[in-house]
Amino acid sequence: MTTSTHTSSDEPLLEISDLEITFGTTNGPVRAVRGANLSVYPGETVAIVGESGSGKSTTAMSIARLLPKNGAVTGGSIRFAGKDITSVPTREILALRGSEIGLVPQDPMSNLNPMWKVGTQIKEALSANGMARGAAANRRAVELLEEAGLPDAARRAGQYPHEFSGGMKQRALIAMGLAARPKLLIADEPTSALDVTVQQQILDHLDTLTEELGVAVLLITHDLGLAAERAQHLVVMYKGRIVESGPAIELLQNPQHPYTKRLIGAAPSLASRRLGSGAGRAEVSERPRQERTTAAPERAAATGAPAAPARQADGAAPEFGYGETDPHAVIQVQDLTKEFPIRGSVPWRSTPFTAVDRVSFAIERGTTTAIVGESGSGKSTVAQMVLKLLDPTSGRVLFEGKDVTTYKGKELKSLRRRVQPIFQNPYGTLDPMYSIYSTIEEPLRLHGIGDAKSREAKVRDLLDKVALPAEMMRRYPNELSGGQRQRIAIARALALDPEVVICDEAVSALDVLVQAQVLELLNDLQSELGLSYLFITHDLAVVRQIADRTLVMEKGRVVEQGTTDQVFHSPQEDYTKRLLAAIPGGSIPLAGAETIDVEAPAPVVEDAEADGPQDDGGVIDPFSEAGHV
Amino acid sequence: MRSEPRHSRTLRPSAEHVVAPLDETPLGAVDAVDTTSAPRSMWAEAGRSLIRNPVFVISAVLILIILVIAAFPSLFTSQDPNYGDITASNQPPSGEHPFGTTRQGYDVLARVLYGTRTSVMVGFFTMILATLIGGILGALAGYVGGIFDAVLSRITDIFFAIPLILGAIVIANRADSMNVPMVILVLGVFGWTNVARIMRGSVISVKNQDFVTASTALGANPVINLVKHVVPNAIAPVIVTATVNLGVYIVAEATLSFLGVGLPSASVSWGGDISDAQPALRTQPMMLFYPSMALAITVLSFIMLGDAVRDALDPKARKR
Amino acid sequence: MDERPSSDAPCSLKPKVTDVIWYIGRRLLQMIPVFLGATLIVYLMAFVSSGDPIAAIAGDKPISPAVADKLRAQYNLDKPVVIQWLIYLGNLFQGDFGIGFNGRPIIDQIKAAFPVTFRLAIIAIVIETVFGVVAGVISGLRKGTLIDTTLLMVSLLVIAVPTFVIGFVAQFGLGVKLGIAPVNVGRDPSWQNLLVPGVVLGAVSFAYVLRLTRTSIAEVATADHVRTATAKGLSRGGVVSKHILRNSLIPVVTFIGADLGALMGGAIVTEGIFNINGIGSLLFRAINDGESPMIVSVVTLLVIIFLIANLIVDLLYAVLDPRIRYAK
Repeated sequence: MTTSTHTSSDEPLLEISDLEITFGTTNGPVRAVRGANLSVYPGETVAIVGESGSGKSTTAMSIARLLPKNGAVTGGSIRFAGKDITSVPTREILALRGSEIGLVPQDPMSNLNPMWKVGTQIKEALSANGMARGAAANRRAVELLEEAGLPDAARRAGQYPHEFSGGMKQRALIAMGLAARPKLLIADEPTSALDVTVQQQILDHLDTLTEELGVAVLLITHDLGLAAERAQHLVVMYKGRIVESGPAIELLQNPQHPYTKRLIGAAPSLASRRLGSGAGRAEVSERPRQERTTAAPERAAATGAPAAPARQADGAAPEFGYGETDPHAVIQVQDLTKEFPIRGSVPWRSTPFTAVDRVSFAIERGTTTAIVGESGSGKSTVAQMVLKLLDPTSGRVLFEGKDVTTYKGKELKSLRRRVQPIFQNPYGTLDPMYSIYSTIEEPLRLHGIGDAKSREAKVRDLLDKVALPAEMMRRYPNELSGGQRQRIAIARALALDPEVVICDEAVSALDVLVQAQVLELLNDLQSELGLSYLFITHDLAVVRQIADRTLVMEKGRVVEQGTTDQVFHSPQEDYTKRLLAAIPGGSIPLAGAETIDVEAPAPVVEDAEADGPQDDGGVIDPFSEAGHV
Repeated sequence: MRSEPRHSRTLRPSAEHVVAPLDETPLGAVDAVDTTSAPRSMWAEAGRSLIRNPVFVISAVLILIILVIAAFPSLFTSQDPNYGDITASNQPPSGEHPFGTTRQGYDVLARVLYGTRTSVMVGFFTMILATLIGGILGALAGYVGGIFDAVLSRITDIFFAIPLILGAIVIANRADSMNVPMVILVLGVFGWTNVARIMRGSVISVKNQDFVTASTALGANPVINLVKHVVPNAIAPVIVTATVNLGVYIVAEATLSFLGVGLPSASVSWGGDISDAQPALRTQPMMLFYPSMALAITVLSFIMLGDAVRDALDPKARKR
Repeated sequence: MDERPSSDAPCSLKPKVTDVIWYIGRRLLQMIPVFLGATLIVYLMAFVSSGDPIAAIAGDKPISPAVADKLRAQYNLDKPVVIQWLIYLGNLFQGDFGIGFNGRPIIDQIKAAFPVTFRLAIIAIVIETVFGVVAGVISGLRKGTLIDTTLLMVSLLVIAVPTFVIGFVAQFGLGVKLGIAPVNVGRDPSWQNLLVPGVVLGAVSFAYVLRLTRTSIAEVATADHVRTATAKGLSRGGVVSKHILRNSLIPVVTFIGADLGALMGGAIVTEGIFNINGIGSLLFRAINDGESPMIVSVVTLLVIIFLIANLIVDLLYAVLDPRIRYAK
């Protein structure tokens, strides 16, 4: 390990004191950061943890003066390598950028210029800092890409960003950030847009690399588990202030500030287990199957939904071959397959791509089944087919024993009443032109249920169910936070008293605390209304909190399925083990939480996915499931 | 393989655990509902930002004045624009003729005021016609997609390939007599393509959003989706384009009149008057100035209005 | 099952080349129906409407039925319109545009007029592109400053005042009053003589290019990858020239292609004002004389030029934006 020779270890490399950052907005100045103090010593990794809007990125960006035009440091000081750089001329900051302070930005998709070859963009970082020029710079760029763990770097350097997968782009950005060998690397959520296994590989690589080079890292993340795993020192930010900072392990095991405690309590990767169930849910999931089948019609009657046909009890395992029906299942999927044609470079050369390959599973009434997988696994395509938004190439989806893939007209409309979706992106799921009232009322209107008065009563009731005040009705989606929008989406989904709710990454876009809140809400609603959930997610930690059964999908196929406990405690497949091992912070011992201890099998290089047709453009899956930010 | 966490390494001289005083950082409820502001729809929001924009206020006032003149030109002059007193030709400005008279003895002010009606009518109705044609074709092409889109897009390309003025010249040349509806038709038929392209692009980006899929899953049919969700969300850029187009059509009408293939010389129009004023440019430059000025102010007002509306409707500007 | 047979194979240049060839091929294929449709519409508009073209040739003089029939046969007016159009297109591809009413072959008249208009258009395009982009870049990078506001006001004014008014004013001011530019350009003009008319012709498009460049620059300047480039240590100049300019020029290039149509309309006006013997005046005279074959020929020619120009723009677009191969 090479420690920095320029500054002695007891002098901080970066010292931020009483930092205040203000943004000029149309509604007057907004203070985004207030009185922030933090320091980074040479060679160490410091993580700033916080939710969106906490000011963590703003703080980091102010160091190399990369704030947006309307933002400025309005108080305090930033010292770098012993020199106050708060108000030095831009020329001096320019000399620091790249060569002293490197940046690995957040979103790999938007941070590379699509017009230039990747190699050229790395070369630029070299020549701008006087590291190398011409042919030497070309060679060095390839070396740097290799160093960042990109296979076949020489060829890749000659490609454009759109030919790269997300993971590869992030590696290129790391190569760029480290190109001029900075003393401090600012890594702003460097992997939050990537799949867990890719995230783990990239962070491991970054760790090794920065350690070898003796680079100090300022890691910005929303993920407490990830921060604890990667950094020696944690800084927790909340509403523009630093509420707590200290050594990583100590801070996690002995949090002092109530916000830190709350954050640790909610972080799914740190404390996951099946959510504390309400009385109803406990009944549903713990009662023997025989009793449950008789309970179902009662509950259905109570909620006003049509009574489900009575079923006999049997103790058979829930694996069924094609043609058999599981009498307990509200939804049964048999050999579901979906192929998409991939447009080749010329139109007559299109090849079929199997997005979903003979998937079979059953959802039992009143329980939650989770499908977990990384981008490109086909999990969202399954959801689209169960919702009959997409027709399968072959296979069947049985709803209460009847094949819905053939439904049309009236039958289809009645299916739409009983199976409802909740989507991932809270900003896209609500029509911005519709008030909250019209949004929740829309399904009632579409199905001609009730009159204006009864519909309003229903909307009030639904808002109450999702714990939002009735005054919310007159508001519009653009006034709401992500979590509130997602709750409105839940209320809309529940308006028709459905039996099954399909949650497609329903909480992935939310901050941890809000995520925990929405998960809890979904859980309470399940016990209250006897809902069955199909939960599509990339996040295993969330699965553990909500699911009874879990399916693991990879490349269109189900690689493993079983009860959630089985999958988490005795995974059979390498892929599942890899996924589990990649949960950030899963292995950190905490009081009151179980750890996940899985011996990870040797990793598969993520770049195999590189040329995958799922990448980037949504060429295949029209309902792109990539990019859970 | 996961590398060993770097917890063991101590690079910090003192690893102090600092906690901010609680009273400085009070803890709020998670995801609290903001009840302080009044509820506002997107359009209301856009309207608010419009009213605060001086560009909008200026252009709106100008357009209001222009509309009043177009509707009631007789309020502003007692002269008849079609009465040419050859004995009173080329008079300088006077009480009776504030802008003077033309060579044929027409009152210039009256010509300018009555010309407003022609220009505004042509501009407005051409805009309506072109927006209807372009909006409907563009929305259908974008929403239905596939072969249908390919065919409609090629049809759009065909009309796009014939430049507005050229197409209008060819038709206008063959028409027995031009009148205002005819000019509107001619300009409308060749002026809708940019609306169609913008509408198509806008619809494609909206139709893939989750709220449209959600509506389908709730049981809405494609027609309901198009009319109730897709079009209302896709219309903003079309409104902006239509506003700017209105100015473009007014200039096009004036150009046709100038070329002598627009409205007949007997009718009152700015383009025709500017054309008539050219020979006397040396001696009476103001004859050219007044109708040109009126035309420029009108077009400018609509372009500025379009700019202001674009700023107000820009989702990027309003984000957060 | 090998799901991705190609992923590990070295990425040779071959697929890229076919991609580009197919992209060009697709554009050409799309051009065929557009070309046919546009020429048919022009043809129909010019011939199928009221008025007898033979009467137009004859003017005020009475004409014998036999001569009229002969003329009809000469112009294929005795056949169905679609056939007339196909014959016309066939002749067109052999360089035969027919005979003008004045007895000279239309192609010769066009050939004589074309170079003048070409020069005029080049001046206009250069003005529009160079000055429009430069002013737009300055404006976009200094949004909200005095120079930005000034440029914006100038562009609004230029857009609002029609080309023919700008033309008159330029002719009167620069030509008549100051005498530094010719009032009438006349036959076989030099580049210098065409400068003022060219500026007049390009003025409106200059303003649109300025506005578009300004918007585009300001948008790209806030993009994530620009911040990343800044963080790499690039100077402001480097960031602007390598990362802001190229990205923001893409919509501008598209606009310049599409704008050629407006330029053609403007050329008729400009040539009329400055008395330039180009394609525009040819068309203008043909309109006044009701000389339909000439109108169709000129407009068809302009449509072809327009389509080719847009094809070139599409290709340029592919050069500028490497992602284009993925676009439909």
